[in-house]
Amino acid sequence: MTIGLYHPGHSPLHRLSAGTKVTGLLVASLALFLTPSVWFAFWSVPVAFAVYLSTGAPFRRLMAQLRGPAILLGLVLAFHLLFGSVADGLLAVARFATLILLASAVTLSTRISEMAELVEWGLQPLRPVGVNPEKVGLAIALAIRFVPLIAEEFRHIREAQAARGLAANPLALIVPLVIRTLKSADELADAIEARGYER
Amino acid sequence: MHNPQSRGAERAMIVLEGVSHDFDDRPVLVEIDLALCERRIGIVGANGSGKSTFARLLNGLVLPRTGRVLVDGVDTRKDVKAIRRKVGFVFQNPDHQIVMPIVGEDLAFGLKARKVPKAEIAGRIDAALACYNLGHLRERPVHLLSGGEKQLVALSAVLVTDPEIVVFDEPTTLLDLRNRNRVAAAIDALPHPALVVSHDLDLIAGFERVLMIEDGRVAADGLPSEVLPFYRERMR
Repeated sequence: MTIGLYHPGHSPLHRLSAGTKVTGLLVASLALFLTPSVWFAFWSVPVAFAVYLSTGAPFRRLMAQLRGPAILLGLVLAFHLLFGSVADGLLAVARFATLILLASAVTLSTRISEMAELVEWGLQPLRPVGVNPEKVGLAIALAIRFVPLIAEEFRHIREAQAARGLAANPLALIVPLVIRTLKSADELADAIEARGYER
Repeated sequence: MHNPQSRGAERAMIVLEGVSHDFDDRPVLVEIDLALCERRIGIVGANGSGKSTFARLLNGLVLPRTGRVLVDGVDTRKDVKAIRRKVGFVFQNPDHQIVMPIVGEDLAFGLKARKVPKAEIAGRIDAALACYNLGHLRERPVHLLSGGEKQLVALSAVLVTDPEIVVFDEPTTLLDLRNRNRVAAAIDALPHPALVVSHDLDLIAGFERVLMIEDGRVAADGLPSEVLPFYRERMR
């Protein structure tokens, strides 16, 4: 399973701070959508792909991560072919592909804790209006942590139902999954308290 | 067997005085008086007997309905923050204890919660992981670890905060034999006093004291050689 996003390494991208990378991503996004040049958008794709490869994650994993976005980009292109022009479709695909590659490179090279700290820092001005930046940071980390746990629970429930001869039924999968996830969340909340986190 | 009320009271680290607790009016623990001072204490009992609630009382995760729990003289009801610093808690399922997605980040979690200076955190994480030869796992995503590795990471995450006592709630239940042995060896080598709730009778056979909980009461209290045969007999 490739969930977990962060890939440990020592690439130049890993050495940059989370703030620098997110700012860079923001600047790249603005440049892509504000620059009307088609060539700029097309040339940005191989550059972004090189940045993506520079994270040093295994090639097979990198390619596997692109499967989902590739389907999405296919749909974007199909939409433009049906309702717009080929040129507009290719331009949109090039822009989105660049952004997806750069954003993936940022997540592959940035620890969740660094990202959470950045969010906490960014939300500090909202503290006077009742926003607790530490809680938001913790929520982000927990959301990432829960993805493989929920996937594991889903697999257990599906196997248990298959072993009892039940055909795949979305409702029969979702109800126990939600119950078990809530129970896990309850226990994790206990653990967070036990480990000294103050509400 | 010993009289639980008198045993070691004068130098006890943990004292329970008239502790009762219930969930939805169902009594879980009834009038428990204990003084615990041994280095290794085991807790046994059938499912639903109240032993996990007992363990949770010691860390302030559960507060008693009546009576009080004192850890090193501190009442869990009055200063739960101090209690959490004193008592580390290792849960049965490490997946429900490990909060952060990366091993090193998870060890840092407890230290940050205690406001440990950033400069100190990295060194303490390295030292805690080195205790169980887990240094190579520092940057590893938690969901890629084996069950035994996860349980040792969970233990390291507790020890890195330097507690005075460690409470384990069924630490070997979900493990295969090899990983069970790794965790048992880790508990055995622990310099801290430890209280272990377990169905694994071999794990606690060498302990200094074993309590058997039945229907929310301490039904037996003494040496493992006294309590465990009694417990086996009751479980027939």
